[in-house]
Amino acid sequence: MSSAAFVIISVFTLAAALAAATLRKLMHAALSFAVALVGIAAFFFLLGAEFVGLALVFIYIGAVAVLIVFTILLTRRHAGKDRGFNWSGVAIAVAVFGGLTWSIVKTQSLSIVAPHVPALTVKRIGQALMTSYVWPLQCVGLLLTAALIGALVLVMEEKR
Amino acid sequence: MSKSIDQAFVHAKQWLLSWLTGSPGWVVQVASILINIFMLLAVFLTLFALISVLERKILARMQNRYGPNRVGPFGLFQPIADGIKMLIKEDIVPARADKIVHFLAPVLIAAVAILTLGVIPYGRNMTPFTIDGGILFFFAVGSATELAVFMAGWGSNNKFSMLGAMRAIAQMFSYELPLIISVLPVVMVVGSLTPDRIVAAQAGYTYGLVPRWFAFTPWGAAAFILFSVSGLVESNRTPFDVPEGESEIVAGHMTEYSGFKYATFFMAEYIGMFAVSGLATTLFLGGWHAPARILEIIPSYVWFFVKLGALLFVYIWVRGTLPRTRIDQMMNFAWKFMLPMAFTCIVAAAVWHYAGRGLRGWLWSLVVIAVVYTALSILLDTKRKFAPRVYRFAE
Repeated sequence: MSSAAFVIISVFTLAAALAAATLRKLMHAALSFAVALVGIAAFFFLLGAEFVGLALVFIYIGAVAVLIVFTILLTRRHAGKDRGFNWSGVAIAVAVFGGLTWSIVKTQSLSIVAPHVPALTVKRIGQALMTSYVWPLQCVGLLLTAALIGALVLVMEEKR
Repeated sequence: MSKSIDQAFVHAKQWLLSWLTGSPGWVVQVASILINIFMLLAVFLTLFALISVLERKILARMQNRYGPNRVGPFGLFQPIADGIKMLIKEDIVPARADKIVHFLAPVLIAAVAILTLGVIPYGRNMTPFTIDGGILFFFAVGSATELAVFMAGWGSNNKFSMLGAMRAIAQMFSYELPLIISVLPVVMVVGSLTPDRIVAAQAGYTYGLVPRWFAFTPWGAAAFILFSVSGLVESNRTPFDVPEGESEIVAGHMTEYSGFKYATFFMAEYIGMFAVSGLATTLFLGGWHAPARILEIIPSYVWFFVKLGALLFVYIWVRGTLPRTRIDQMMNFAWKFMLPMAFTCIVAAAVWHYAGRGLRGWLWSLVVIAVVYTALSILLDTKRKFAPRVYRFAE
């Protein structure tokens, strides 16, 4: 059951990622990218990491994808124009693929049977965040609130 | 007796599943999921049909008209006639539209709206989709609405559509903050993101009389009002229907949709309204709990839908009463009033918790809310309310 789901989600995610990389219209590519992110969130659900999956959907589909499509909308004059072939993109893709392959092959843990860990519930994540990691959490919260207020100040009407 | 009526639907589902004994586990699992989905769709599509005609009747009553009264008794079959009309209408796709995106937008918006219904507990043991972070699921999935609205606006290749989508996304983003932050006090006090746990925390009665719903605490009442107003904005309804203001931008992102695709948008809007009201019921109005001990003989799901109906009536009432707000007024309200008040609710809930959750905590949290509310109303009173509007970009 779960291996079948794995294959289905893999094909779905890879197809969406391929579409994001190859589609001619930039807006279609951005929307395919959002679909690929849904696939990755589905992987997290399959692995039982509900919280990570939900956070991924929340942040990437709800905010980042909208940000990307708006950026495309507001910056591109000729949205339908052919993007052409980009050799630097190929170089980056090959470098990332090589780096990932190298680090995966180098790891020792592939042959080790995964130890049985209790399910990662939202409650446990919350407890960890509020006890062991409370300082990083507070700092991130402060930073994000400052960013929010900063964004508001930037768009505020200037006094004449 | 009342217990068996209360659990009637749960038992019916178990009875249906008992036919499958002996088949592999995943078959039973899939069947159970399908039953839940079927029930959810059946109930809420019926409710959608019912509310669409009731809304017209109530609005007509408020405007001193009759409303629909030709089809069936009291015009109750009006939704069937409307549905047939929508189905047989011509489906027009603009020649320059992005066909795929134009088609996918209504599908996505309806799917998202229906998915959010899944995590709400409709009665005792009646949560269709039990998940640890149910509240998080609701907002995570709901946030995809913005992408769907954008797809509708962009895919139509129409300026009205695009303007409508921009307005919709601007207001949804602004009001998502107070919407989510007004939920936080409840999550804090209960210590769980699971809707079932939140409902369970609101069981029982103070002094054996007043139900322990969060709406009866000062922070809960304030958060409930903030949540309802933000929910009203999120579902794009009057007085916050700026994205589809007919007199300004035709119908916003729905301008280029006709026939059944338009009906799908309409349905998604209503289902979104049901979902937000359902979550408000769960978070603040005690979910499926009865308002008094003596009334507990009435099944839990009846109470849930009574509360949902009351909230929906208020939504319709507001629609019949208030004119549309201006977009700059809405944005000002969101950032200058709603957001600080939502943060205050968190503080007030903490005060309530640390003062022992009794009468003393009740009064202290009331003081916190009242002080911030008064301070905000003094600060925001800029004495130039009726000055002519200054256009900065359209000169």
